[in-house]
Amino acid sequence: MNFSNFLLMRQEIALLAIILLLLIAEIFIPKNKKESIIHLALFLFGIHTIIGFFNIDENSLFGGMFRTNNLIHFFKNILNLGVFILLLQSADWIKEKILNQNKGSEFFILLFSSLLGIYFMISAGDFLMFYLGLELSTLPVAALAAYETAKRISSESGIKLILSSALASGVSLFGISMLYATSGSIYFDELLLTLSSNHLSLLGMVLLFAGISFKISLVPFHFWTADVYEGAPISIASYLSVISKGAAVFILMILLFTVLQPLADLWEKMIYFIAIATMFIGNLFALRQQNMKRFLAFSSIAQAGFILLGLIADSQLGTATVVYFVLIYIFSNLAAFGVVQAISLQSGKERIKDYEGLYRTNPNLSLVLMLALFSLAGIPPVAGFFGKFFLFTAAASEGYYFLVFLAVVNVTISLYYYLLVVRAMFLRKGENPIPFFRNKIYMRIGLVITVIGILLLGIYSPLYDYIYELSSVFN
Amino acid sequence: MIEGISIYEILTITSILFFIGVYGFITRTNLISILISVELILNASVVNFVIINKYLFPEVLQGVYFSIFIIAVAAAETALAVSIIISLYRQISSVDVKEIETMKY
Repeated sequence: MNFSNFLLMRQEIALLAIILLLLIAEIFIPKNKKESIIHLALFLFGIHTIIGFFNIDENSLFGGMFRTNNLIHFFKNILNLGVFILLLQSADWIKEKILNQNKGSEFFILLFSSLLGIYFMISAGDFLMFYLGLELSTLPVAALAAYETAKRISSESGIKLILSSALASGVSLFGISMLYATSGSIYFDELLLTLSSNHLSLLGMVLLFAGISFKISLVPFHFWTADVYEGAPISIASYLSVISKGAAVFILMILLFTVLQPLADLWEKMIYFIAIATMFIGNLFALRQQNMKRFLAFSSIAQAGFILLGLIADSQLGTATVVYFVLIYIFSNLAAFGVVQAISLQSGKERIKDYEGLYRTNPNLSLVLMLALFSLAGIPPVAGFFGKFFLFTAAASEGYYFLVFLAVVNVTISLYYYLLVVRAMFLRKGENPIPFFRNKIYMRIGLVITVIGILLLGIYSPLYDYIYELSSVFN
Repeated sequence: MIEGISIYEILTITSILFFIGVYGFITRTNLISILISVELILNASVVNFVIINKYLFPEVLQGVYFSIFIIAVAAAETALAVSIIISLYRQISSVDVKEIETMKY
């Protein structure tokens, strides 16, 4: 037994240590100084994020149950960065709304547990580890969605999330049992060798795909999304739409490109139609939303439809474009949710109508929101354009020209509703606009990081080359 | 291995169990009944794993230990769902799905 092998799990062990430290800190910090737990959690997680960027070996542990390589490691770092920005943005909310109910540290512990589950899910080497990671990443988030126990809609969103995700995991388990029946193994490496295209394995693949689609909220499995996002606290809605969705896309991509590669004929057709349905339904429902959180929920459904375009391409190009798009999507969506959270915290307003005249009172915030929405829509100078452009290139390189055409139509539709918000902020004079306020330091840092990301990621091209180089592992 | 019963009968029963669960999830209006339907789905896959392991691949115990993990996780899931249902019940004094529709479309 060589303990240096455990260095492969460095990220997981470090995060587990942070969780335990916070548990101990919760016991020993006196009741009137609970505020320091926010600073402690931010400090520890910041160090964890920085240390994560150091290199790690490529290998597998526990007989192949846990594996890691440079792409998985890179993706974990992206998720770390996203969670760190999210914590910066929600620090003020925790301080003002949660600490006085004396449940500040539980928030961090649950959030980090969910991130730990995501780590295990994306570096899983067999279906058991995948399932355990999936559950560990979902259950704490359901508890967090019902976190504001005084609010009725928060409990409602919690119950909707836990029931739909339980159904989803049950369905995917039934699919996994069928894949197990056809090949006799739950390890990805052995499945890859023995899996062949027959009726049972096809049915298993469809059920597994349906289960993961719940997490990514693809049409027709998207019904929980808008309700949960509206009812849950904003930081949890942003976690669900950014971190959890990004990780689920990543594991779906790994499964499709490695284990389920023998069934590629079927899943390419499935993704083709699901992508079209997801883009159209997400965009058309976003048109009629009045609440900012529901609006961002449907916009994130539509973005998931765009991501599917990368999955349909061949593996190296597809992997690179999907990872690159998720990276940009994390920054743009976190910026949008951050502004919504800042405004909701100060004034309690969440409707698009309330944003009228925001530019006159809070020019900086409205500029950040405008950049974020432009990046989500894909307007050239900002990063979102390059992400979408590469996705479309990837799909076109396989000859799916009609799909790319429909995607471009959808970009136009989405531009309309993103610009509705921009118009409300810049051109309308509201009757009682949100008064001027200054954000606290953490929120300001969080927003500045996202803005830098949105502006630089698209222009800094070595990043894409680096991701493309890493993506060769799944061939 | 059970004498006189082939894998087909058992797999038919688990498939029926699975679809009873899905049907109950869609049609039931009581949150607790919905939770029980989800449990049926999970149990269908537990039986599936054990039976496939026993009949088709008896030399390695992958399916059996998978099913133990499913049972444990399902218990955690149920505990969390029930606690959220109780927190909802304190506010609206009901566990009916018709009551939790303040957010729609």
